[in-house]
Amino acid sequence: MDFIVANFAEILFYCLAVLTVAGGVGVLAFKSPVHAALSLLFSFVMVAALFLLRHAELLAAVQVLVYGGGIMVLFLFVIMLVNIKGLAPEEIYLSGIAPLAVVGGVLLGVLIAFGLVFGVLVSGHGDGTALRSVNGVEIGNTEAIGAVLYTKYLVPFEVVSVVLLVAMIGAIVFGRRSAGLDGAGGGGRT
Amino acid sequence: MIDATHYVVLSLILFCLGIIGVMMRRNFITVLMSLELMFNAVNLNLIAFSFRLSDLAGQVLAIFVITVAAAEAAIGLGLIIALVRLKDTVALDEADVMRG
Repeated sequence: MDFIVANFAEILFYCLAVLTVAGGVGVLAFKSPVHAALSLLFSFVMVAALFLLRHAELLAAVQVLVYGGGIMVLFLFVIMLVNIKGLAPEEIYLSGIAPLAVVGGVLLGVLIAFGLVFGVLVSGHGDGTALRSVNGVEIGNTEAIGAVLYTKYLVPFEVVSVVLLVAMIGAIVFGRRSAGLDGAGGGGRT
Repeated sequence: MIDATHYVVLSLILFCLGIIGVMMRRNFITVLMSLELMFNAVNLNLIAFSFRLSDLAGQVLAIFVITVAAAEAAIGLGLIIALVRLKDTVALDEADVMRG
């Protein structure tokens, strides 16, 4: 019991990490897209809990709301919209390329690992106080992010809103009935 | 003591799973899901380094990444609808109109 209390953060991290990876493996392994989507949702929620452990409370809430609430609903809607029964491929992996993909993915992972380990080695070490204070006063994570986001990062914030607008227009254009290749240059009226 | 190394290793595993999923899954929808997995790995990294460096820039950047991921999901799913209308399938190896 003492061991659990003394190492609570570590035990929590390892449990959440294993569950996150399990959810990720489920995305690759499940045959049905609905099962894969639910597995991904599980992984998202576990990542949100990991955010909490790193004092990113606002990000954890945003993760659950945007990923769990928005993106997953979008995925499930599309899965149900395209009538997956008649369209689902018999074979879930691309033939021939699957072993190559695993080897390539692992090699790329090793490459990234070198960069990241170097990053850990050269970076400093801090606690969470700077993540929840504005001008040295501890208020909260949301207030601190707001203070930085709307002053120092105001221009990127505006640019990202334009990106969202463009994405929205693009999604509408792709979703139109006679857009793209089967219509006359995307100018259909049906 | 859990430090940035643990988070880096975890995000690396998630990112590799995402890459492998993007390369070998045949269903367009699950390929997009693997892409979201990679976005999540990046966010995890940003948060871990934000904590380690005591700098909020990482968390702000993670918000931007989530925004772009949402935009990407909307576009990608629009593409799936367009593909289903055109070819009546979600299998990626049957989307070969431009192969020549």
